[in-house]
Amino acid sequence: MTLTAFFQYCLVGISIGGIYALIAIGYTMVYGILRLINFAHGDIFMMAAYFMIFAMVDFMIPWYISMIIMIVSTIVLGVVIEKLAYKPLRNAPRMSIMISAIGVSYLLQNLATYLFSALPKQYPQIPILNKTITIGEVSTSIATFITPIITIVFVVLLMMLIKYTKVGMAMRAVSKDFETAQLMGIQINNVITVTFIIGCFLAAVGSMLYFTPRPSVFPLAGSLPGLKCFIAAVFGGIGSIPGAVLGGLIIGICETFIKAFGYSEFSDVFTFVLLIAVLMIKPTGLFGEKMAEKV
Amino acid sequence: MNKKTKFICTLVLIAIGAGLLVFIDQATPSSAMIRSVLQLSAIYSLAAVSMNMLNGFTGLFSLGQAGFMAVGAYTFAVFTIPVASKPTVYYLYGVADALANVALPPAAGIVVAGLMAALLAAVIGAPVLRLKSDYFAIATLGFAEIVRILVASSVFNRITNGSLGLKCIPGFGSYYTPFIVVFICIAIIVLLMNSTYGRAFKAIREDEIAAEAMGINLASHKQMSFIASSFFAGISGALMAMFLGAITSTTFPLMLTYNILLIIVIGGMGSITGSIIASFLVTFAKEWWLRFLDVEHFIGDFHVPLLRTGFRMVVFSVILMVVVLFWSRGIMGQKEFTWDGLYGFFRKLKNKRQEKSPVGGGAAND
Amino acid sequence: MTKENILRVCDATMQFGGVVAVNNLNLEVNKGEIIGLIGPNGAGKTTAFNVITGVYAPTNGAVELNGKRIVENFPQGKMKQLYKGQNNGKYTKSHLLTPDKITKLGVARTFQNIRLFKNLSVFENVLIAKHMHAKGNIFSATFQLNRKEEQRMREETLELLVLLGLEKNKDDMSTSLPYGKQRHLEIARALATNPSLLLLDEPAAGMNPQESDELMHFVGRIRDDFNLSILMIEHHMQVVMGICERIYVLDYGTLIAEGNPETIQNDPKVIEAYLGVDD
Repeated sequence: MTLTAFFQYCLVGISIGGIYALIAIGYTMVYGILRLINFAHGDIFMMAAYFMIFAMVDFMIPWYISMIIMIVSTIVLGVVIEKLAYKPLRNAPRMSIMISAIGVSYLLQNLATYLFSALPKQYPQIPILNKTITIGEVSTSIATFITPIITIVFVVLLMMLIKYTKVGMAMRAVSKDFETAQLMGIQINNVITVTFIIGCFLAAVGSMLYFTPRPSVFPLAGSLPGLKCFIAAVFGGIGSIPGAVLGGLIIGICETFIKAFGYSEFSDVFTFVLLIAVLMIKPTGLFGEKMAEKV
Repeated sequence: MNKKTKFICTLVLIAIGAGLLVFIDQATPSSAMIRSVLQLSAIYSLAAVSMNMLNGFTGLFSLGQAGFMAVGAYTFAVFTIPVASKPTVYYLYGVADALANVALPPAAGIVVAGLMAALLAAVIGAPVLRLKSDYFAIATLGFAEIVRILVASSVFNRITNGSLGLKCIPGFGSYYTPFIVVFICIAIIVLLMNSTYGRAFKAIREDEIAAEAMGINLASHKQMSFIASSFFAGISGALMAMFLGAITSTTFPLMLTYNILLIIVIGGMGSITGSIIASFLVTFAKEWWLRFLDVEHFIGDFHVPLLRTGFRMVVFSVILMVVVLFWSRGIMGQKEFTWDGLYGFFRKLKNKRQEKSPVGGGAAND
Repeated sequence: MTKENILRVCDATMQFGGVVAVNNLNLEVNKGEIIGLIGPNGAGKTTAFNVITGVYAPTNGAVELNGKRIVENFPQGKMKQLYKGQNNGKYTKSHLLTPDKITKLGVARTFQNIRLFKNLSVFENVLIAKHMHAKGNIFSATFQLNRKEEQRMREETLELLVLLGLEKNKDDMSTSLPYGKQRHLEIARALATNPSLLLLDEPAAGMNPQESDELMHFVGRIRDDFNLSILMIEHHMQVVMGICERIYVLDYGTLIAEGNPETIQNDPKVIEAYLGVDD
């Protein structure tokens, strides 16, 4: 492998890893607060892609306005799901809420098949993102190049939000202890809504960056990336935002290099093996906190 | 109700079921929808009951069902495809030398399929079962995906035929085969669940720490439950392969696990009879009764809105969500169908009716 | 009178992170004794139980049952630096049995916050405890080849329920029982494992004086009927003083006194721990 090719793959890997990181944050935040694996998150990511297609192709709205429409509708979708499918089960056993999440995932996939048909649809071209740029000998599309930057910017903003704002403090409190936080007068439902808004916003941005260089969208397109991002979150230690970012980047880079060496059919196997290996060796992930059950 | 009457009632019920089956077999043309839907329902009920053993009875939330079914289905196919058909099936990559002349009878194939799934469960069980609830779920899910990717990968081209999948899988010898196999398997599961081991599984579901304090070894019992469940999942996969005649890795997607999970939820987590009832209801609804939703309809000149391809699954998933949210106990909850239960139910109904109409009823309670 | 030793806890220290929950605990139970373990809230009593029954591995120290080491551990890994307890280096082996194995050796327990099998009937709750002595394997059990054994298990369970006055509730859901009966059921369940040593974690919690008086006599009775030794944590002093032959007092994880009820009642350290002291 030449040095140029190496840099090329690094860039692609970091880029895809950045997208995984954006989505993984959604998983890790929801898990941190609700102790719920939001199985529907990958499908929200898929729906965001369809919203974009809808706005740009069916309504011919320019991309910058479409983008806003897409982000807003994704957030609305996520919040509505939370209110309808998760909120009523707040005091139910954990298994029920997980089943509800699986049910939502199932519903979204079927709904997408019904509304947009099972056939792959082409993702609209966003001219600015598709431009090719060349740095030294490495040439790449703008989307690939700016993804890591966007990821870093959003992660820094998010960390600041969590560290310095009132709602961020509430989020930290809720993730430490749900009930006590409630007793201290924190509006749990508002905190959860904010969490879903942030998660869906990042998924929507991730969706745009993910699908732009890819040919098509189909109803099951969110399922595998969703799983990978969840694995990224587990790898980094669920509940930890830096962990999710690191996990996303590691999975993205490893995957790209496995593909580069010609083992593309095993790139997904690698991800799942990584998951099982992490769970065996350090079930709490890289930055996760241990929680013990009181006897 | 004494033991003898209950036993006779059960026998009568089984006889009625068998009679109905024979009647359907005789009275319907071989292309009738109901025939295949009944078979499929039976296969799903075994898949659901085996998953329920783990999720509903032992309290281990597993999402690996499709993976174990795939293992069973592929094992069955690999060992039972007739020697004569092998060259056609493996036309592209050729068949592995060791398998070229192997063709087991289907009955043996079913058992081998179950054993293979059980063996795999034994291997991955030890590490995976140490994980807590949702981590266990996600690890089993990952395992199922690994299975799916591996069977389609080029490494196993000469065994699983890569992404082309396997075909010419021997079908059911008679119309009744799947029903008999499923009946036997579920009967064994019922016996297991009513045995002292079944009770130990339930104890683990209720409270792991208390179960351990009662001398139940968590690791070994979870392992037993996992292996037993996978054994039957493997058999249901083999039956699925027989039913379909051809399989690829996409026959066993994550969606299949979700489907079966939702059947268990509708039937009631921890109820075998519930899972069976739900399997039949859900399969009939999905494969037959709701089919009309997928076709565009006209009433006179009026074009019925919404109806077109895919609507059936949307309606179906909405029904599922409603069940999950508002009726989380499902049809049976954790209870089983019993004659005492039925008897009690009718008596309560009768009493209620008498209470409601005191004028005609005279003595409300005897 | 020769005393046959049943349980001996040797220098057990349990440290969570930097917090020492139990500090160098030494405790003995002899055959047929009823021993009390008391102390203010958070003194480490339940933690001591968890160490004895194998739920927690002690950071340092050992537990012996009938003269056999069932649990032994020493500070390892991160604990090497963090360890604040005594007797570091005295124990060099790590030998830990899981709770189920310890139960098999004859130690049964109840829980402070009742841990019944909630969705199972009273009868099943007790029957499950009989499982570990069942000789049939999973196959013979499934195909009902051990019918005699199953029959015997059911009969013994029923006997126990009769003894504890729960036979009328045998088909009720365990959670539908009133609180006092749930406590009785926990004891029945523990007895069903055929223990030689019974650990009771606050058996009289939430009971009124009359009920706890009954409980006191009941504990004495089962000790005689089942040939048990009993170690119990209890806050009702009336119960502890009335029935225990010896009492151990824990405060902040450390043993501050031991002896018969009169000695304990007059021990200034105990009074200080419970009431505080004016400076």
